[in-house]
Amino acid sequence: MDKVMQISIFAENKLGKMEKVTKVLSDSKVNILAISITSTNGFGILKFMVDQPELALEVLKKDGFTVSLTEVIAVEMNDRPGGLHEVVSVLAQNNINIENASVYVAESRERAYLLVEVKDIDNAKRLLENADLKFYSRG
Amino acid sequence: MFWQKQVETVGRNTLESFQLQKLRKTVRDLYRKVPFYKHKFDELGVKPSDIKTLKDVKKLPFTTSDDLRYNYPYGMLALPRDNVVRLHTSSGTTGKPKALFFSAKDINNSAQLIARCLVMTGTTRGDVLQNMMTYGLFTGALVMHYGAEKLGVLVIPAGPGNTDRQIALMQDFNTTAIHVTPSYALYLGAVLQKRGIDPREGLKLRRAYLGAEPYSEETRRKLEDMFGIDVYNSYGLTEMNGPGVGFECSEKKGMHIWEDMFLMEIINPETGEEVPEGEEGEIVFTTLQRDAMPILRYRTRDITSVLPGECKCGRTHQRISRIIGRSDDMFIVKGVNIFPQQIEQVLMSVKGVDANYQIVLEAYDEMTIRVEISRDLFDGNIEHLVELKAMITNRIRSTVLVKPEVELLEPGVLPVSEGKAKRVIDNRTL
Repeated sequence: MDKVMQISIFAENKLGKMEKVTKVLSDSKVNILAISITSTNGFGILKFMVDQPELALEVLKKDGFTVSLTEVIAVEMNDRPGGLHEVVSVLAQNNINIENASVYVAESRERAYLLVEVKDIDNAKRLLENADLKFYSRG
Repeated sequence: MFWQKQVETVGRNTLESFQLQKLRKTVRDLYRKVPFYKHKFDELGVKPSDIKTLKDVKKLPFTTSDDLRYNYPYGMLALPRDNVVRLHTSSGTTGKPKALFFSAKDINNSAQLIARCLVMTGTTRGDVLQNMMTYGLFTGALVMHYGAEKLGVLVIPAGPGNTDRQIALMQDFNTTAIHVTPSYALYLGAVLQKRGIDPREGLKLRRAYLGAEPYSEETRRKLEDMFGIDVYNSYGLTEMNGPGVGFECSEKKGMHIWEDMFLMEIINPETGEEVPEGEEGEIVFTTLQRDAMPILRYRTRDITSVLPGECKCGRTHQRISRIIGRSDDMFIVKGVNIFPQQIEQVLMSVKGVDANYQIVLEAYDEMTIRVEISRDLFDGNIEHLVELKAMITNRIRSTVLVKPEVELLEPGVLPVSEGKAKRVIDNRTL
């Protein structure tokens, strides 16, 4: 199973941050696969799943952004009613809290993945695997 | 180690009778030579002959920075113009500057004080001092420069800024000591790390002398740790000597004030009365050996206290605590007196934020603390940032008793100063 890495970027709630970040990624030919934004009073964090996370980290750092790279789980969802529920119920039953989540629809449009951030990533992966769920893998 | 051991370890009785003798001479001279003081004496009904003990200093008039401005340029001069060899000015943000004159003897005396200060921290002939203070009208750099030369130290007159050149000089000439503002020292450390030079291992630096800006004990520790050096607190003001009025010895427990040169009092800034022994108040100085421009009871606006007991180093000159604030820097929110250093102390004790900060005041019941998060500790978890913000808010509230609004900022957003940092942005209007 491939490790899926996500880029997190600190953002004060100011206009134009997203524009600046996406410009840097675009200039470096990094493709954005999924995005999520969390914000609270005063600041937020932009999260991107990209095709070249290491490169994205390097170019964003170089441009002075405050960034970090963290691992997420990308679980395949079945494209039918209850598809999302199947995934989250495995986690809920095991008292695993989802800290952050977003969705990635693969280029083929045939599969969709739920990207989840949890505290104990290895344990969550094992539980999801035991429940016969599939993970994202490149190619 | 001592530079002038006899003077530095003189018995208190001898010191006090020396002070009285010099005070009486200063008062007599001023009454005769400076119309401004004669006028003030007459107004208060005081004659030079009324000064019979050191306690009688209380009968004398205060001198304020406004008095110096009012008498700009030559009004306070006690020597003929031709006997004066140097002018320094202290900038005012508003109105006229203050002019401070030195005779050749004054310059020699101030250099002697610096030599005492450097020797008591272990600097000696053979050391290399890189002076990163501003050369010019400001006393900071020149007074240190002359004192270090008197001691026989190699002085590099680098001045502030141009950080890459500073680093090159430090490396090429094995700089062992720097004289620098705390904010620039922090900046220098950060730049060294950015260039891949470990400030602890990659330099020959052993000591830093910090002055010109107030800073906290936490900042000292942070710098000592960052560079692997000893950091010494220096106290001075252009109106007295520039740097070298007071300095820490190797004990690092308060700054010795050179009492053979300056008579100090600690007063309540509102009433002008002496505070009880050991209590905080405004420090007030009278010059005892100044030739060109003696000053009586100068209101420094610096808040400190005299530390009790004798110092282990053997010097008998009394020590003061680090300056906890200037009565000018102090600001009031919700009726509470707050010094920027109290905020700084809290921020320096928190992991996850950088050294740079700003206090923004928009209303009389609100205070916003703007602080940069630390790039290295950012882990992409918003919960951690929310907790960090709450912790800073709570710690500041429990320290200054006012709940601040804390803004977490991206590193590098706040202006970086290469001189004096401006910490408080007061946008309030009356």
